[in-house]
Amino acid sequence: MAKLTELEVNGKRYPVNYPPDTPLLYVLRDELGLTGSKYGCGEGQCGACTVLIGGAPRRSCQVPASAAAGKPVVTIEGLEKDGRLHPVQQAFLDAGAFQCAYCTSGMIMSSVGLLQTNPSPSQADIVQFLQGNVCRCGTHPRIIDAVCQAAKIMREHGR
Amino acid sequence: MNNVEGKLFIEPERYEFTAASIHQFELARRDFFKILGAGIAVFAVAKDAPAAQETAPGHRSFHNEDLPKDISAWLHVGEDGSVTGFTGKAEIGQNIRTELAQTIADELRVPFESVRMVMSDTALTPFDAGTFGSRTTPTMTPQLRRVAAAARDILVEAAAKEWNVAPTGLVAANAKVTDPASGRSLKYAELARGKTLAQNLPAEDPITPAIDWTIAGKAIPKVDGRAFVTGRHQYTTDLQPAGMLYGKVLRPPSFGATLTSFRQNETKAMPGVFVVRDGDFVGAAAPTEREAQEALDAVKAEWKEVTQISNKELFAYFKQNGAAKTEDRFRKQKGSIEEGLANAAHRLDATYSVAYIAHAPLEPRAAVAQWTDGKLTVWTGTQRPFANRDELAAAFRLPESSVRVIVPDTGSAYGGKHTSDAAMEAARLARAAGRPVKVVWTREEEFTWAYFRPAGVIEIKSGIASDGALTAWEFHNYHSGASGIETPYVVANQRTEYHQVPLILRSGSYRGLAATANHFARETHMDALASTAKMNSIDFRMKNLADTRMRAVLEAAAKSLGWPRKKTREGQGFGIACGAEKGSYVATCAEVSVDRGSGAVRVVKLVEAFECGAIVNPDGLRNQVVGAMIQGLGGALFEAIEFENGRIKNPRFSSYRVPRFRDVPEIEAVLLDRKDIPSAGAGETPIMAVAPAIGNAIFDAAGVRLNNLPMVPNGLRLA
Repeated sequence: MAKLTELEVNGKRYPVNYPPDTPLLYVLRDELGLTGSKYGCGEGQCGACTVLIGGAPRRSCQVPASAAAGKPVVTIEGLEKDGRLHPVQQAFLDAGAFQCAYCTSGMIMSSVGLLQTNPSPSQADIVQFLQGNVCRCGTHPRIIDAVCQAAKIMREHGR
Repeated sequence: MNNVEGKLFIEPERYEFTAASIHQFELARRDFFKILGAGIAVFAVAKDAPAAQETAPGHRSFHNEDLPKDISAWLHVGEDGSVTGFTGKAEIGQNIRTELAQTIADELRVPFESVRMVMSDTALTPFDAGTFGSRTTPTMTPQLRRVAAAARDILVEAAAKEWNVAPTGLVAANAKVTDPASGRSLKYAELARGKTLAQNLPAEDPITPAIDWTIAGKAIPKVDGRAFVTGRHQYTTDLQPAGMLYGKVLRPPSFGATLTSFRQNETKAMPGVFVVRDGDFVGAAAPTEREAQEALDAVKAEWKEVTQISNKELFAYFKQNGAAKTEDRFRKQKGSIEEGLANAAHRLDATYSVAYIAHAPLEPRAAVAQWTDGKLTVWTGTQRPFANRDELAAAFRLPESSVRVIVPDTGSAYGGKHTSDAAMEAARLARAAGRPVKVVWTREEEFTWAYFRPAGVIEIKSGIASDGALTAWEFHNYHSGASGIETPYVVANQRTEYHQVPLILRSGSYRGLAATANHFARETHMDALASTAKMNSIDFRMKNLADTRMRAVLEAAAKSLGWPRKKTREGQGFGIACGAEKGSYVATCAEVSVDRGSGAVRVVKLVEAFECGAIVNPDGLRNQVVGAMIQGLGGALFEAIEFENGRIKNPRFSSYRVPRFRDVPEIEAVLLDRKDIPSAGAGETPIMAVAPAIGNAIFDAAGVRLNNLPMVPNGLRLA
């Protein structure tokens, strides 16, 4: 496996010492201290660890860190810009679309990924796309509302 | 060290954990002001503290809902006007941090934003038995209201003294005291300045009735919401104190296995890696999680296993091993069953069962432990911080004052985070390593070594008169529990009995406890009786119901769904169920769609009417109600733990199915706000009627009665 010396996360370059086959999630959380991405299952089944790699939503517990080398990685910590929340974050906040909120980072990152490729998702599109994200508290209806609301705001503001 | 994971013991909440505190106020008042700065503090000290001791699990009183009786809450008003409320309750996603802050702001007459809650830290907050049983709202909100009312009186008196007037005419509002006669006013901050005034709660102050609430009763969003959408909030699993190691525990191959041989070869050579064996406990701590796992992989351990009951034999085992003699508190009788059955126009007997299910909180059980000068601090996601502290103190033979347990706002629990397992493991490893250690359970450990909602069998014998009135009701629950076992229907001849059975799998509390099982059986049975009587499901229930609050939720749910609904397509069905528990009332309507060809069952719509007295925060309540409905849907349709000879066969999200987006139907929650009734808790009861409502709808659609939970793990099998 290619040697891994650094990663670009949220626009910042970080030196990396963990072995290159370490799942990206553990490098982000344990080595880089970016704990917003969560461990929920370790088998890509719950979506709590979702990050954007090269713009696409990926389960970081299933991706070796080396596979992210040279590609921009965006985590939940990288969405807020100059104190302004990303429209998806703002929509989750406005809709109260979380309870324990442990799934929230992954839900938001998956939703950002969805809206990048589909700016006007139907309810069925959202359900389909978030099927791999578990919310055990049962906040699904509000999450769907939040994604719809974020899509609307992003279309209106051309983001 | 206690080998906690090897032993099977039942969680106390299953029998309504209600032990009163024997603890005294540990924080000297001087220290209190040192921590918070000068100001005014009020402590809630209940009178007549009983010297009740915690009793051994399984011997707790069944219906005693007494609280810890000494100091239960306290409040501080600082020199800058900031208000801090202290409670031993934990925030686990139920949004109680917001609700309690609302309550204080409302009663103290200060803006919501000026109130901060310090929660579930055994060094800073009052003793609390735990966050469970839907007790926080009915017990902690009135206590915080009383301390807030007392603090308000102190502030008013301070102002009166300042102005040399009588306190009676003064008004406290918007964080200041005003004298309407002269128009002058003093801010709370000004009144608190320079004071170190502590007062025990005087005789019970009158508190503001719900009808006059201004901040409570409103849909205030979750406090610190921004920290959650930005990933900034630190759960236990996110903590990384300096020098921390990652801990891993070697799990036995099956439940109850004992360690017979242990060899540690290469691991000795690993730098910075600590391997610990203590009895049957084997664990490792290392600079990375991977190295800790590698250290365990290098351990040669042999285990002695014991033969155990599997899924297949379970229900027969329950029936055969039910206690011959039930304890009195689990047995209720009225009238004569024999007479009631003899006088019945129709009889119906049936057997129901529920499977073991898992809580599967998305944040796994986790703890970070740190030893400093022989004292232990543990951060852990638990519903019972003080019990965790006591267990740690006992395990490490420390005085309680040497152990501090802190609960960061936690990634959910649903009754599943009562025990101190991860805390024990982290503490044991940290002691060996001499550095802080974090233990985070894997999903597989979660599904295997935590505890489950107990399975059970329920038998009902019943009779009705020709007009549909119940004449006899006999109800036996084997193993799953006694919560919600008593029927809310009017019936002169009844017998209910809960039969304890020795445990198969480690079992404990789960949202709603056994009320879900007992309501499933009762409400399914009531529907079958309605069919027997050729009556509409709602008319039949109303015929046998006197409780006006129950009738109100039933009417509200039916109205919202448009009951009775005409079927407009093939495979469509409607069902209803209701119940009451822990002071709140619920009625749920379900619409399902059954594909007779494939056997696929889809819940199309759920409507639930819920009433828990005066609503403190309608937004948080709606989240809890809808969440309970979705969680209930999983247990109703497909969730089940499969096990064989001491091993869990489906310990992953890929093999244990939880509700996902595609499973979620259209949902409507109708919240009835009864400002004339004291607020009850709401985290549990909304789950109870979901399964029977769905089952009754499946019967309506397909003519098949499903008496076992989960009902359709593999679709509906039509004969």
